[in-house]
Amino acid sequence: MKKLLLVLTIALSASVMYAGGYRVGVQGHKQLAMGHTGVAVVTSAESAFFNPAGLVYLDGKLNVSLGAAAVLSNTVYQNREFGYSRKADNPLGTPFYAYGAYKINDWLSAGIAVYTPYGSRVEWPTDWEGSHLVNEIELSAIFVQPTLSIKVTDKLSIGGGPIYVTGAVNFNRNLSRSLTDEAGNRSNVTIDASGINAWGYSVGAMFRATDDITLGFNYRSKIDMEVERGDGTADFENLPGALAGSFPDGDFTATLPLPAELTFGASFKPSDKWLIAFDYTRTFWDAYKSLDVQFFNAAGLSRNPRNYKNSSIYKIGAQYEATQKVTVRAGFYFDESPIRDGYFAPETPRPDSVNFTAGLSYNLNSKWAIDASILYVHSNEIQNSYDYYREAGQPLSFGGEYKSNAIVAGIGVSYKL
Amino acid sequence: MKNNIKYLAVLALGLFACEPEFDNPIEESGTYSSGSANLSTYVAVGNSLTAGYMDGTVFRSGQQNSFPNIMAAQFAYAGGGEFTQPSYEDDVNNAGGFLLQGNPLPGFGTRLVIDASQGRPENLNVTSTVEVSNLQATAYNNMGVPGAKSFHLGAPGYGNIANLAIGAANPYFVRHATSPNATVIEDAVSLNPTFFSLWIGNNDILSFATSGGAGVNQTGNPNVLSYGQNDITDPGVFAFTYQSLVDALTANGAKGVVATLPDVTSIPYFTTVPYNPIPMDAQTAAFVNNAYAAYNGGLQFAAANNLITAEEAAQRTIQFTAGQNAVVIVDEDLTNLNGFGIPSYRMTTADDLLILPSSGFIGTLANPADPTSVNGVGVPLADNWVLTTTEIQMVRTARTAYNNAIVSIAQANDLAIADMATKLEELVSGLRTSDGQIYTNNYFNGSSDAVATAVFSLDGVHPNARGYAIVADEFIRVINEKYGAEIPRVTAGYYPGVTIVPTN
Repeated sequence: MKKLLLVLTIALSASVMYAGGYRVGVQGHKQLAMGHTGVAVVTSAESAFFNPAGLVYLDGKLNVSLGAAAVLSNTVYQNREFGYSRKADNPLGTPFYAYGAYKINDWLSAGIAVYTPYGSRVEWPTDWEGSHLVNEIELSAIFVQPTLSIKVTDKLSIGGGPIYVTGAVNFNRNLSRSLTDEAGNRSNVTIDASGINAWGYSVGAMFRATDDITLGFNYRSKIDMEVERGDGTADFENLPGALAGSFPDGDFTATLPLPAELTFGASFKPSDKWLIAFDYTRTFWDAYKSLDVQFFNAAGLSRNPRNYKNSSIYKIGAQYEATQKVTVRAGFYFDESPIRDGYFAPETPRPDSVNFTAGLSYNLNSKWAIDASILYVHSNEIQNSYDYYREAGQPLSFGGEYKSNAIVAGIGVSYKL
Repeated sequence: MKNNIKYLAVLALGLFACEPEFDNPIEESGTYSSGSANLSTYVAVGNSLTAGYMDGTVFRSGQQNSFPNIMAAQFAYAGGGEFTQPSYEDDVNNAGGFLLQGNPLPGFGTRLVIDASQGRPENLNVTSTVEVSNLQATAYNNMGVPGAKSFHLGAPGYGNIANLAIGAANPYFVRHATSPNATVIEDAVSLNPTFFSLWIGNNDILSFATSGGAGVNQTGNPNVLSYGQNDITDPGVFAFTYQSLVDALTANGAKGVVATLPDVTSIPYFTTVPYNPIPMDAQTAAFVNNAYAAYNGGLQFAAANNLITAEEAAQRTIQFTAGQNAVVIVDEDLTNLNGFGIPSYRMTTADDLLILPSSGFIGTLANPADPTSVNGVGVPLADNWVLTTTEIQMVRTARTAYNNAIVSIAQANDLAIADMATKLEELVSGLRTSDGQIYTNNYFNGSSDAVATAVFSLDGVHPNARGYAIVADEFIRVINEKYGAEIPRVTAGYYPGVTIVPTN
């Protein structure tokens, strides 16, 4: 008998930063309520995210928007051939945002934006059939973006700023489809890292063609979240005694690209009380070729092809000033999945989705307003699989039918001086 | 505006309550069905393969992965009822093996595990706690009795503890026979099965094969009482017995599935040790050849005097060369030249099968003080280490006859047939499961790949849990096909393989 080669292929399988299926856009209740349009809309400090160039057109000296939301997402999975039927119990997600904009003079505004565009929690039943891909995943990323907005002419403005990201990830999966310790507990690994820092930028331009028509453009750069040695821990559990020595706990390295996003859009006011907006967003997911996690024990390098494709989001929204106190909003967007057939992994059960939004603002007085929005994310059931998990050199397919939905409800305040 | 808020609130509540639901949720009743079969009482009849025997014994956690138990879990989707198996609650060390009156029962050791410190399989170094005399007297849905040959299933006294001493009883059946003289098939039928699986006959040839052909081919002799343990059962006896088993199981109209018997070349017990396992340099080869010069000369003498053909002389000539060499064996099927002082030696060919335990024997010294007494080189291997071409042919002939009987009896009774002979044959070139994994009949070789893909247990004969899952899946496939059933299939990749301990 050959000497035991105590090496296992650890195929850490996660599009960690994008997941839960939901890169739920909760970057402002006013904009979310309008189908998450906003690149060509100037209503409040939320423009710091949607289009920094818009800040300079805001009324008032100081604009502040704060808000938070609850994300309830559900994913169910089934495989008729084998009788598997599972439901991901996803804990509540709580994205938030805080924006401030200060008008320094007529042509220059400064602002700060804090927002959480990526965040997800997916919890499949431990040791479920896809546990070699993911048991549970939790991630968060907070973006902090100091922003300047400059009016070039009365019609044209530009804006932008650097983005500082601090992120965290916790991800657990089983080491293989069958390995257990002596008592039959599945061998698994948890990677955990927080305080992962990276930099990027956002730039935008806004053109107010007429009093009623505004055009906007925004580009947010790709940001590579790099987990370096010492940033995180890899915790190996339930290994059989004979293998435990080869899989000591340690650290790991990994890089996760947060892809660049390009948005352009238009808004127009058919009447005083109405505003209609269209946005088109292109997300350059092709940056996400593979998730490679390097362990520093027998687990070695885990390669996980992702091969995402660029995808588009088509958004439309409208707002109506019903009364002096109340503005109501509604919208819709279609969100294309970046996942190719055969790359559909259960930590990112994200097919194409149709998204319905609604919300309102209630003006308490001339300074304060309360903003609320809800979003319903609906996906048709999808039959797909992930075909690139490797076991003993063979690519394996794990698939079935998935169906997801999510509901997001949030509330915030706006302040204008 | 108040109204608007109310509508929004209603809308929000409605959405909160809305969990995703499939158009055709498989949890809905009616998704799966047993077709024209009735799976409510499933009884599995057979030998070690049915019992969930692996790594040389039946042990508590291993038994959970017997193929009938795996099948029963899938049957539960389609009207299957409770499925009971002989109790191994007393196997507190999860080690299998047997005690008889508190003493280890010879030949029934604990399960095999890989001792990582030695890099080899060993019996798990704990004491068996499974007491044969702890009688359960219960008929179980799993009536697989390890070691049983076809005719044992209908043999009274096979479960009588008093018969153990004379070798007429089986400790596995002793443990759960409903009475000392109950037969396996009687106990099985007492459960009134609505559905059965029958996989029997393997031991009717296998014990001959695993003994290296040390037994007798009893073809033509219907008197089973005269059979030794390692003999090949007469195909006539087999067919008659098989018919009676099927008659008993179908008496109340039960439907079922039977399985054919795989070839010995499908299992690693016979395919792991190559026919030419001995590396040698030119100098050593010359030295050994010199030692056999007299024997080779004797062959030439015999051929010259027409005692043997020139062909046989060539076949028997011992010739070592630099590189990998075949081993020298005693082959009793050669022309007997003992009277001329010429022993029945020859070297193995690719058509001979060295049995798995020979890997630990070939190369050792027959006489520790004599470096030329290397087993397989200076000292020829005895008959029990090798299944020769002739013996393989005896096994194949009997197997073909058995399988013909199985198929024709099953067809006559309109039963489903799982062609395990063909299925396990796929392992030779690589059996591909629907998830994309490829499984072979390789013995566990210590590699990480083998941790994930070995399907045979360390005894080299029986599948491990993963292998039994492949078997269960094949049974389900043919049941679905035959009875128009929709029973969910089984993914072998989720089932455990080898057990490795750091030290033993």
